[in-house]
Amino acid sequence: MQDAAKRYGRVEALAGVSLEVQQGELVGLLGPNGAGKSTLVKIACGLIRASRGRAEICGAPAGSPAARAALGYLAELFRFPGWYSADEVLRLHQRLAGSSGGDGERKELLELVGLANAREVRVDAMSKGMQQRLGIAQALVGSPPVLLLDEPTSALDPAGRRTVRALLEELRARGIGVLLNSHLLSEIELVCDRVVILSKGRVVAAGRPEDLSRPRGVEIETDEGVRLYRDAGRDEVPRLVEELVGDGRRIYGVRVLATSLEEEYLEAVGGDST
Amino acid sequence: MRAVPIIAAYALQEGLRRRIFHVVLVLTIAYLGLYWLGADTAFEEVAEFEDELPLEEQELTGGTLFGLSMFGTLFLGAVLAAFLTLGAVRGDAERGLLQPLVVRPVGRGALLIGRFLGAAAVCVPYVLAVYAICAVITRGTGGWWPDEFLRPGLQLAAGVLVIAALGLLGSVFLSATANGIAIFMVFGAGLVAGLLGQIGEALNSDTLQNVAERTSWALPFEALYQDALYRITSESRGFTGLAIQLGPFGGAQAGGSNLALWAIVYFVIVLGATLAAFSRKDL
Repeated sequence: MQDAAKRYGRVEALAGVSLEVQQGELVGLLGPNGAGKSTLVKIACGLIRASRGRAEICGAPAGSPAARAALGYLAELFRFPGWYSADEVLRLHQRLAGSSGGDGERKELLELVGLANAREVRVDAMSKGMQQRLGIAQALVGSPPVLLLDEPTSALDPAGRRTVRALLEELRARGIGVLLNSHLLSEIELVCDRVVILSKGRVVAAGRPEDLSRPRGVEIETDEGVRLYRDAGRDEVPRLVEELVGDGRRIYGVRVLATSLEEEYLEAVGGDST
Repeated sequence: MRAVPIIAAYALQEGLRRRIFHVVLVLTIAYLGLYWLGADTAFEEVAEFEDELPLEEQELTGGTLFGLSMFGTLFLGAVLAAFLTLGAVRGDAERGLLQPLVVRPVGRGALLIGRFLGAAAVCVPYVLAVYAICAVITRGTGGWWPDEFLRPGLQLAAGVLVIAALGLLGSVFLSATANGIAIFMVFGAGLVAGLLGQIGEALNSDTLQNVAERTSWALPFEALYQDALYRITSESRGFTGLAIQLGPFGGAQAGGSNLALWAIVYFVIVLGATLAAFSRKDL
């Protein structure tokens, strides 16, 4: 995506964002409500047109049949017809995606998202979490090389989130590029290779989660209590330990402190939290 | 276009499983029962006026009753068409049903045509079946049969298809509720135009007749309905023919040879406008 922008009348939802997701890369998209995250994802999958800039999926212009054939998408707000069973939903999407995976693919996808026993359960009878997992399975129909997931875990309980995290790691291992839009910073921090933080339609921070965090000192637990060395970093740990041991102190633990993604996020978006 | 039959089957399945379809089915059974009762009673009572009136009572009763049934059939068909199309784009997008389908490599045109065909597959057989059953009831109770049978039925079905196309167009711009209201207002406008034309004819008012004629061409489902009404009693002459035309849901007007062509052109324009608007719409 190159310099993608979107205006709705006077409102600038996206103000020229450039972003790339490589094969097998998991990119997390963060930002407060109204930052332009969903707009960006929708431009990428052709649901809305960019006012400016360029978006491509596997070399094909976003929204073109070739681009749509190469991606799987889970919308933030989605619903499947209530009278369909999980199996029927996947069958419909297989036909639309031109997937030849048949029964085997449907079975595998339902197992992957933990719905193996809900194959014949109607959408109407599913909990919100089950529907969300079915949504993820739907996005994976046809084994697309790119996945755009807009808040895929918003309705999931902790166990469901863990299932999705494991699934995302497996997808990365299979070489699928994933753009994950989520409010859950801890989740992004745990699974994403790279994080992009949006605020007011612009990228305000980007990088690997560990690169975004800054050192905040070293904490050493001794027989005299916990000592904090604010200006020290990881490299100074051996020297500090040596000095303390030399002074006759017993060392029980060492912790290198760094800012969390949450702190970096809050600093990057400033007061933008609508 | 490979996706058209898939979407059409999906829309057909949706149409048949929706509660509105079952409600319409129940209403239809009630309507047909009442129609049979009404027709049977009317023919029986009219038989008692034998030779008292200077007209063909059986023809007048059959034509009027069947004309009334055609209005009911068109109305029920319009209800079905409206409910099957009113939320097809914006309504489904607001509910989150549309996005998973649109991002598939199917093309928005295929999606829209599929939705229309799905609605048509429910509405057309429905209208033709109700129309035919009403004709059979009229014949069974009073021995009356329309002068033309097949073409008026097809015209009613075509009228319902025009309403479905207008519903689809409205669904691109309006929310489901607003679109439903709009469709029924348009349907009502057509009906009022027909009644105005009837009044204009009775009063010999050129202005009213012109307004009615232009409106019925602007809303060709009304022109198709009027032409269908005309055709069921096209061979009635004299006072009987006049009395049928002035009946409660008469408004019968021959549409002329260009009506079918205009209906097709109108339909293509509406569908084309819908495709153009949908292809540019942000979802």
